[in-house]
Amino acid sequence: MTAIAPGTLPKSSQRGSAARARLLRGLLPALSLALVLMAIAWLNPRAISYFGFNLMLNLAIPIALATIAQMFVIAGNELDLSIGTFVGFVGCVTATWLRDAPLLGIFVLLGSIGVYALLGALIHLRNLPSIVVTLGMSFVWQGLAILILPKPGGKAPDWLLSIMSFKPPYIPFPILAALLIAAVVHFGLMRTSYGVILRGSGGNAAALRRAGWSLLKTKIVLFALTGLFGVLSGMALIGITTSADANIGNGYTLLSIAGVILGGGEFVGGRVSPIGAVLGALTLALAASPLLTFMHIPPDWQVAANGAILIIVLAARVLISRRER
Amino acid sequence: MLKANTDIVRLNGAEKHFGAVRALNGVDFHVGAGECVGLVGHNGAGKSTLMHMVAGTLRPDGGQIAVRGSQEASYSVARALELGIRCVFQELSLCPNLSIAENTRINHPSLAGFGWRRRAADLIRAKLDEIFPDHGISADDIAGDLSIGRRQMVEVARAFTLTREPLHLVILDEPTSSLDAHTAGQLLSFVRRFVEQGGSCILISHVLGEVLQNADRIVVMRDGKVVAADAADAFDRDKLVAAMGGAEGHHKVATEARKTEPGALKVRARPARQQDGKELVARAGEIIGLAGLAGHGQTDLLLAIFSAAARARTGIEVTAPVALVAGDRQSDGIFSQWSIAQNIGIRSLAKLRNGLLISPQREAELAEFWKKKIGIRTPDMNNNIYSLSGGNQQKALFARALGSDAEIVLMDDPMRGVDIGTKLEVYDLVREEAAKGRTFLWYTTETEELDNCDHVYVFKNGRIVANLGRDELTEEKIIQSSFGDAA
Repeated sequence: MTAIAPGTLPKSSQRGSAARARLLRGLLPALSLALVLMAIAWLNPRAISYFGFNLMLNLAIPIALATIAQMFVIAGNELDLSIGTFVGFVGCVTATWLRDAPLLGIFVLLGSIGVYALLGALIHLRNLPSIVVTLGMSFVWQGLAILILPKPGGKAPDWLLSIMSFKPPYIPFPILAALLIAAVVHFGLMRTSYGVILRGSGGNAAALRRAGWSLLKTKIVLFALTGLFGVLSGMALIGITTSADANIGNGYTLLSIAGVILGGGEFVGGRVSPIGAVLGALTLALAASPLLTFMHIPPDWQVAANGAILIIVLAARVLISRRER
Repeated sequence: MLKANTDIVRLNGAEKHFGAVRALNGVDFHVGAGECVGLVGHNGAGKSTLMHMVAGTLRPDGGQIAVRGSQEASYSVARALELGIRCVFQELSLCPNLSIAENTRINHPSLAGFGWRRRAADLIRAKLDEIFPDHGISADDIAGDLSIGRRQMVEVARAFTLTREPLHLVILDEPTSSLDAHTAGQLLSFVRRFVEQGGSCILISHVLGEVLQNADRIVVMRDGKVVAADAADAFDRDKLVAAMGGAEGHHKVATEARKTEPGALKVRARPARQQDGKELVARAGEIIGLAGLAGHGQTDLLLAIFSAAARARTGIEVTAPVALVAGDRQSDGIFSQWSIAQNIGIRSLAKLRNGLLISPQREAELAEFWKKKIGIRTPDMNNNIYSLSGGNQQKALFARALGSDAEIVLMDDPMRGVDIGTKLEVYDLVREEAAKGRTFLWYTTETEELDNCDHVYVFKNGRIVANLGRDELTEEKIIQSSFGDAA
């Protein structure tokens, strides 16, 4: 029983392989993005240009922001099924009140973040399944959006339009914005000391409670951050499309979940990656239309092709994880 | 220093109930400064409950708690940490998704602001180096990637790291359960150094030798009470075992010694981790007990036998149909949306079939038969299973197994939390069915239940360590074998 020495070597090399598999899995979102880019370059070399990226990644910023929003709830082992209609609601507020009555608009948007925080508190205190609560809320947001803007229309505030049409030299704006979002969220969630607590609440909530942390507070913070990034996503979307529609964000719910998972996140266990999530969102945004249009796939089949990409990447991840064991 | 202040923590008349169960029944307990207190007792003796109270994770239902001489009215985890009391819990409490440094940060609110990552890494690395030289753990390792032994090392080391909060008392609940002898020795000698420097420790362990050698004082608990407390040198192994098991006044249930001539072989099984030639053998009409401390491989063996009945497995021979009575009935036993009758019939669907469909009439007949036979107290067997009390739910699960064609019934500690009346009824039924030729494999954590068995196998670390016949069966003997230090 005193013989520990023989046991140490294989154990640490086993841990080394676990670390390698983790690295490989971490690189997977970047690899899949590179793969999609290569496919586009091969199908249409002219698309790989300043103008081409601006066009192809047109909607990448709101998708990336919605994905980040979803990532925060997933970090706490919850799911937000209302993020899509919430983005639509924010879009309607942005295209109407934020332009015509900025104070009211700002108040409503801040209030909606507050509603998200309250939802977090409710889910924690009453121990409710977040899927049910947010599914219910998705109808609430949708209804409010229709009340605000019964018919498609409205107009984005001018300052927002000018931000979203910003053309920096050399690097296309969507790529710059994606880098900025990824860097800021990565620092906030992965590097700060409170970010550790937020992720820990998804990893082992009981351990956190025993160390004296408030799980109510972590849940509120995570949901409020989801609300904040949902607001940013809705505003960015309207800055691009210039006018709103109550149904404009409906596809974002599943798109954002897919982006988080594509980016290496897992539904439970607090394992998320902001950089991965942004890469996942970019992959989805690229794969969604330009690639498939170049491949002459009719629009009816594009959603299915999108799903196929998702399945392939997830299958690769499962294979890597299996080798880890 | 004042006399009162040499106490780090003192509990007077601490009580705790979980429903009808009295986990703690008026316990007086204290730890002095510079003292290592060993806490021993059988499963469910109340050790963990008591420690949760000291650590502030459980609130006592009665009694007082005082820390360093002053009464604590609203004691909580945060307050305990503030006062320098920490606990290494038996269940691992690292976040598997975080690195070792990040896990250290969770226990130290002051590890924040610029450069916290480096400070946390330095802190845990230094402590690991101090307790477990050549540990081979990096502060950047993700906790989930480490082996269970290394995770336990990290957890212990983390409890001894020091930042802003003071550190007076560390509770170690089974700290060596996942460590090998070498690292366990490193940990225990560190504990001695810590105590000599004036710190205090509570050491809970099932390895009695560890407690005898390292504790200054030993407290023995049984049935939610402290039954013995004295200096460690006043105890030896046998005295501890006697105190834990209560050698006094435990009468055997006077069951007539059933004379069983060896029947046909039903089960022959060898645990996966068994290294010597011992194996479990069960014959027709026998009631076989599986004893030992909880979680030492008894359930694993039952499940292995269960799956061997469907598909051949090496090392296990099963010659007849098998049914399992689950221990955790809420998660493994009951179909919560179904009626009582449906819950009973599920194991016998082939028998209940009429053509392609289940015959409701036969299902009702089966249910009615067992309602009378086993005494399930309900006006209507078509009521939802949750309309029954816990004991009656368990009876329904027994009816499910006994009403089936199974000749071998596996019981995974099924009497947990069942009242004594129901228990006695079920014991009679089991003996009756065994007399008819059925074979029972009965894992139980309650020693009295073993009196119903013809044979008892004692488990330790996933292996069979003893095979006790009916006449050599005493509680002392079981405890003696399950605490055997021979690894």
